[in-house]
Amino acid sequence: MQRTTPAALSDDEASLLRRVRPQDWRNPRPKSLYDLAIIGAGPAGIAAAEYAARRGFTVALIERAVLGGDSLHTGSVPSKAIIRTADIYGGMRDADEFGAPLPEQPAFDFAAAMDRLRRIRTRIAVYHSVHDLTALGIDIFFGEARFAGPDKLVVDATPLPFRKVLIATGARPKIPGIPGLKETGYRTSSTIFEMTALPKRLAVIGGGPLGCELAQAFCRMGAQVTIVQNNPKFLPREERDAAEILNWSMARDGMEIRLNTVVIAARREGDTKILETLNNEVKGEIAADEILVCTGRVPNIEALDLAAAGIASNPRRGVTVDGFLCSSNPDVYAAGDACLPLKFTNAAQSSARRAVANALLQAGQKHDNSVIPWCTYCSPEIAHIGLQVWDAHRQSIPIKSYTVMLNDIDRAITDGEETGFVKIHVAEGSDRILGATIVASHASELINEIAVIMSTGIGMQALAEVIHTYPAQSGAIMLAAQAYRRDTDSTVLQTPSGKPLV
Amino acid sequence: MGGFSHLSDEMLVSRLQRAAFSYLTDYADADTGLVADTSRPGSPCSIAVVGFALSAYPVAVENGWLSRAKAARLTLRVLKFFLDSAQSEAPDATGYKGFYYHFLDMKTGRRVWQCELSLIDTALLIAGVLVAAGHFDGDGIESEIRDHADALYGRVDWHWAQNSTSGLSQGWKPECGFLHYGWEGYNEATILYILGLGSPTFPLSASCYETWSLTYQWENLLDHNVLYSGPLFTHLFSHAWIDFRGIRDGFMREKNSDYFENTKSAIAIHREYGERNPYEFEGYCRDLWGVTAGEGPSVASSRGKGRDRRFYGYMSRGVPYGPDDGTISPWAMLATLPFTPEAALAGTRHLLERYPQVCSDDRFSSGFNPTLRDGDGGWLSQGWFGLDQGLLAISIENHRSGLIWEIMRRCPYIRAGLAHAGFSGGWL
Ligand SMILES: Cc1cc2nc3c(=O)[nH]c(=O)nc-3n(C[C@H](O)[C@H](O)[C@H](O)COP(=O)(O)OP(=O)(O)OC[C@H]3O[C@@H](n4cnc5c(N)ncnc54)[C@H](O)[C@@H]3O)c2cc1C
Repeated sequence: MQRTTPAALSDDEASLLRRVRPQDWRNPRPKSLYDLAIIGAGPAGIAAAEYAARRGFTVALIERAVLGGDSLHTGSVPSKAIIRTADIYGGMRDADEFGAPLPEQPAFDFAAAMDRLRRIRTRIAVYHSVHDLTALGIDIFFGEARFAGPDKLVVDATPLPFRKVLIATGARPKIPGIPGLKETGYRTSSTIFEMTALPKRLAVIGGGPLGCELAQAFCRMGAQVTIVQNNPKFLPREERDAAEILNWSMARDGMEIRLNTVVIAARREGDTKILETLNNEVKGEIAADEILVCTGRVPNIEALDLAAAGIASNPRRGVTVDGFLCSSNPDVYAAGDACLPLKFTNAAQSSARRAVANALLQAGQKHDNSVIPWCTYCSPEIAHIGLQVWDAHRQSIPIKSYTVMLNDIDRAITDGEETGFVKIHVAEGSDRILGATIVASHASELINEIAVIMSTGIGMQALAEVIHTYPAQSGAIMLAAQAYRRDTDSTVLQTPSGKPLV
Repeated sequence: MGGFSHLSDEMLVSRLQRAAFSYLTDYADADTGLVADTSRPGSPCSIAVVGFALSAYPVAVENGWLSRAKAARLTLRVLKFFLDSAQSEAPDATGYKGFYYHFLDMKTGRRVWQCELSLIDTALLIAGVLVAAGHFDGDGIESEIRDHADALYGRVDWHWAQNSTSGLSQGWKPECGFLHYGWEGYNEATILYILGLGSPTFPLSASCYETWSLTYQWENLLDHNVLYSGPLFTHLFSHAWIDFRGIRDGFMREKNSDYFENTKSAIAIHREYGERNPYEFEGYCRDLWGVTAGEGPSVASSRGKGRDRRFYGYMSRGVPYGPDDGTISPWAMLATLPFTPEAALAGTRHLLERYPQVCSDDRFSSGFNPTLRDGDGGWLSQGWFGLDQGLLAISIENHRSGLIWEIMRRCPYIRAGLAHAGFSGGWL
């Protein structure tokens, strides 16, 4: 995180720095040999360091900026803090539906929202602070790491002898080569949380998870937001029904939506930033005060001189690893955004622990994308785990989806949170759960029930028996399982609406 | 007004069918034979409506509304028109590569509105062309019809429309080339694939259909098993021509269903959704449903029953995932007659009784939204739409006599297309 140091630090910022990079820090004298040297102290690096240290291994953790990585400073944490603000403020619009109309629309306080964000960041930094990590016996080195040979790693100029290395250097925003963009000026997820005022007009390039989350949040805080997506749908990794619900929800919030549209140029006119767009043959323009670029992420591998250590990589996909997260150099492993297609904090952490177990304990644990749930924190949230229907078709697995609409769930109705569905994918002819997509206000929480079910190997039959609280939105999961039972057990009565197929 | 309740089911249906059919002749251009997209002044021709008209002429002959000779003349005139029309890359041609632009000038047949060269609408047109060829089996002018039909079908370059991929593009424009809307999942395009696969000249590659079916979702929704597609019309269009009873492709064999049964499931879901009415729209119930693509109110959003009410204008509406703004298509329930006749009649009667304004001159309006209090009885789309009337005329006939299904069962191209798509069993 590169931040210009203000003249005087607020208490919060001072505490944050104490936790993630003390100003008076001096690197320790390196040990003669580390069992594990870790490059990068984001979620992956920190999880790996703790895992190894708790098992008695000597660990060097190298970080060129601050502890916590993207997730704490410019990713998961700040975005979720701001989304909560946007939910509350945007939700006021519907207050009269609940019989609680507001006397007038209150003015939005951007500074207060950003203060809250910073306080949250500081609080969360305490859980993996410099203090805690050193207390575990981890040697922290602040500086930039790179390879100087197949078995040589240096931090700035200091060599760190190692048995194994874990590369956990994360990723950064990818900047598209749009003519004029640089000169016009733009922000990315790395710099958007430094804004001091809410832009009146915000243009967002990119309709993936990050673009959708941030665009909708800023819209709900009161900015006029236009989002441009080159694909015919948002969230290309999600199924159509989920992406379309998001589309409607963003439109309802008042966002300008430009699908199937590419940005071909950018320019500035006075204080206004202008994007030139192309939709099929139709040209368009978007005028904005700020441009936010969310067009994907590229791994941070350039500074590492991977070639010097014989480590194969790809500029787009990052460090090349096998199923056990080992690179082409048998002593070097990788984890997190630096090597995974699923760029999420939970994937970073779990892959890091596996990589360490494999490197130091010869555990032989495979990294498995299919058990990692993820969520796009829009309103409603869109969460997924396991196979998508098209994955199953490609693998010739007959698949059937049991869907419960949220507007059929008592608790969703009482909560006024009816937009969405729970869809559980089952291997036909069995009750084995292959995956699930959940669209709901709290899909990020609901999907975890499916994660537990899948990891324990419980099927739809047993799930239908699990007693849930009533009323609860997670009741939708149980009802999907009960629909499965009705559908497959010929001894139970069908619903009054009947079952069409014999 | 109130003029339907005394009619028997049979009389009611034939009266509505006849009125629907007469749209196709009332709004046809006397010289070109092109049929207007809507009854509104200045409406261009929609080639899909022409496809329905060509399919409906035999219906009129069988019902005694047109003489066979007159129907043959009408048919030949349109086929001739298309055969002689301008086919080129020029932006104002009528078509290109054997396909046609979605909307054409009624008089000149030239492309209007910079619209797209439409694959699906060309398929609906060609389906009508093949119905004509199947029906007119006599000599003279009738043999000319068959020759023209063969020529029109034969020159469609379906393979070109794959744009060198294993899938199918969704259209083409001279200004920007192939269009890609990223259609995912089952929809009304089965007829397009079948016609493309059955072509003796420029067939689609075999993998095309499979590539599409990889995006299908087989779901248990509201307690019904269904190959999901939201808008009701998608479950009716291909079925206007192809009798899907008992024939199955690989997908349906795996699911132990067929596309006819599937439409029945979709209808059941629409009815159940209407009854549950999660958005509390005015009028919805088990006998008032029919959420599909079409015109709806395009007015600013408002609030009602403590909810945001947004209206989507012209939109592909669907059930149960949405979007739904309380607009139904009054013709849609009756169009389900071949699949679930009781539901179709119960719904249609209820609608006519409760909201008689949706049917003027015995023809159903395209869209109706009782939730939007726009005047007394809700918002009503003005005039009539050719697609609605054409689909109704044919669906009712299939229910009554199976006429169009019967003609298409005999069509060698349809049979070949179905076989290439992996269909077998039943009448195949
Ligand atoms: C706006 C936004 C919102 C997000 N929201 C979520 C979410 O809600 N949920 C979720 O699961 N994920 C979310 N993510 C993704 C998540 O933040 C990342 O997947 C996660 O941070 C990856 O962890 P990591 O440890 O692999 O890499 P990072 O967090 O990027 O950490 C890598 C660290 O390595 C350091 N480094 C790099 N190169 C070197 C070098 N040569 N020498 C020394 N140090 C180096 C960097 O300074 C950095 O601290 C979000 C991301 C963004 C941008």
